[in-house]
Amino acid sequence: MSVHVSTLQARITGESTASSPLSTEEYFVNMGPQHPSTHGVLRLVLRLDGETVREVVPVLGYIHRGIEKMGEHGNYRQFVHLVDRMDYLSALANNWAVTMVVEKAAKMETNDRIQAIRTLVCELQRIQSHQLWWGVFGMDLGGFTPFFYGLRDREQICDIFEKTIGARLTMNYIQPGGVMFDIHPDFVKDVKAFLTYFKSKMPEYDALMTENVIIQERLRGIGKLSAERAIALGATGPVLRASGVAHDLRKSEPYGLYSQVDFDVPVGTVGDCWDRYWVRMEEMRQSVRIVEQLIDNIPEGKTFLVKPAAKIKVPAGVHYSHVETARGVLGVLLVSNGKDAPYRIHCRTPNFNNLWCIGEMATGGRIGDLVAMLSSIDIVVPDIDR
Amino acid sequence: MDAPNLIAAVQALQPDATVRAQSDRPTLIVPAHALVALATRLRDDPALRFDLLETHTAVDWLDEDRLELLYLLTSVPLGHHLTLSVSVDRDAPLVPTLCKVYPIAEWLEREAYDMFGILYDDHPDLRRLFLEDDWVGFPLRKDYEDDFMLERPE
Repeated sequence: MSVHVSTLQARITGESTASSPLSTEEYFVNMGPQHPSTHGVLRLVLRLDGETVREVVPVLGYIHRGIEKMGEHGNYRQFVHLVDRMDYLSALANNWAVTMVVEKAAKMETNDRIQAIRTLVCELQRIQSHQLWWGVFGMDLGGFTPFFYGLRDREQICDIFEKTIGARLTMNYIQPGGVMFDIHPDFVKDVKAFLTYFKSKMPEYDALMTENVIIQERLRGIGKLSAERAIALGATGPVLRASGVAHDLRKSEPYGLYSQVDFDVPVGTVGDCWDRYWVRMEEMRQSVRIVEQLIDNIPEGKTFLVKPAAKIKVPAGVHYSHVETARGVLGVLLVSNGKDAPYRIHCRTPNFNNLWCIGEMATGGRIGDLVAMLSSIDIVVPDIDR
Repeated sequence: MDAPNLIAAVQALQPDATVRAQSDRPTLIVPAHALVALATRLRDDPALRFDLLETHTAVDWLDEDRLELLYLLTSVPLGHHLTLSVSVDRDAPLVPTLCKVYPIAEWLEREAYDMFGILYDDHPDLRRLFLEDDWVGFPLRKDYEDDFMLERPE
C-alpha cells in the first residue's frame, strides 16, 4: 500500500473533458489571489470551456498565520485575542467560542448579566456582519450604491462597540469568566436609537436590492445546493439553511440567553443564490427581534464573578464547544494536558467548510455567475486559512 | 440519543471499540482498518444518522510516539454527537480516507496531511492545503523546528 502525494501543478494539468462537438479547447484562468470579489487573498484556479466552468480548484494559504500553532505557545487568555483575527466580522462570536470551551472545561461560573451582554453584542455583530455582506454583495453584482448603504448603517454598530469595547473590529471582549468591561452607560440608549434607525432603513434595503428585478433574475436558479449535498459538504450557517435545513445552534443547543428569547430560523427552499440572499436578510430582522427582547432586560450583576486569573488551568482531556457565528458553526477543539497552555487547539471554522461548496455550485455553470455564487457564500478568507 | 445509549449502539456495530477516557463528548477508540465501514454505517443507520463530519484533525502525542486522529460527527436531524478516535504510528501514519463517506473529508484530510503528515490511503487529491508543495516538515508536530520559530517564554 502506498500513498501518492500530488502537487498543484499536477492537479491543474489533467486531461481535457471538453464535450462540445466543435473543436474547443479548455483553458485555465487564475481568479485571485488579488481579485476584488474574492474578499481577500483567495485564489481560485478555474478550468473553463468557453464560458462554462468545468472545475474550480481553490488554492488556500495566502493568509495562513498558523494560529493553531501560536495557540500552543500561549495561555488561554492569549488565545482569545488570536481568534479575533480569524473571522474578523464575527470577532465577538469567535471570542465566545473559545471562552465557552474554556469555561466548560475549567468549570468557571458566569451570571445572567454576563450572558445577556454576550448575547446582545453577538446579535449586534451578526447584524453588522450581514450589513457588510449585503453591501459587498451588491458591489460584486455591479451596483455600488448598496456598499455605501451597508457601510453607513454598519458604522453605527461599530460606534456602539467602540464606546463599550474600545475597538471596532478585533474586540477581545468576551473573556473566560466574564466580559472585559461593563457596558457603557449610553449602551442601552444607543442600541435603541440604532434599532429605530435601522428599522426605518430596512425598506430601503428591500427597495434597492430585494425587490430589484435585475438582482432577482441574476440570483434565482444559480449555484443550487441540495440539502443532502450541503450537509455532506460540511456547510453550516446561512448556506445550509438556504438549502432548507433548519440547523441553527442557537435553537438546537441554546447557549447564552438564546433559550429565553423568541426568534425564528429562516430557511430557504431550493438552495440557490437567491435563497442565501433572502435567508441573510431575514436573519437581520430576527437579530433585531432578539436585541429588542433583551435590551430592556439586562440583569444586574458583576461582569466578572471572580478576579480573572492570568493563567487558567484546564483539566486534561478533549473538550469541544461550538457557537453559531454570522457564517455558520465555529467549533473550538481543545486538547489539554492539564497545564495552563493548550496542548493542541483546533478551530473548526465555518468559512473553510462553506467554501468547499463552491466546486459543487459552480461546476457546469457560467463564469459570469461565479462571482455571485462566491459572494453568496459570504466568505472571510482569514477564517479559512487561520 | 444520550451518551450511554449512543456508546452502546456504536459498540453493537463495532464490538472492539473502546471508550476514550477524558473527553466531554462520547468518544470511541476504533481501529484504523474499521474506519470506513463503521463511518458508513453510522451515517446510514436510521437511529444514528451521523450525516455531518463537523471536523477532523489530529493530535501529536510525542511521548507515546503516536498520532491521534479525531473525527467529530454530528447528526443534524437527531442532534447528537460522537467522536471517533484512531491512533496511528508517528513514523508510518497511514489511515484509510473518509472522502467517499463524507466529501468534506477531502479538505480536512488534506489539512491534516499538511500539518501532521498523515497519509490517507485512496485519497483522490492528497497534497498540501495551506503550505507550498515543496515545504519541508509538518508544522503542527511537536518536534517540528525551523529557523524562524520563537521559543515560548517561561
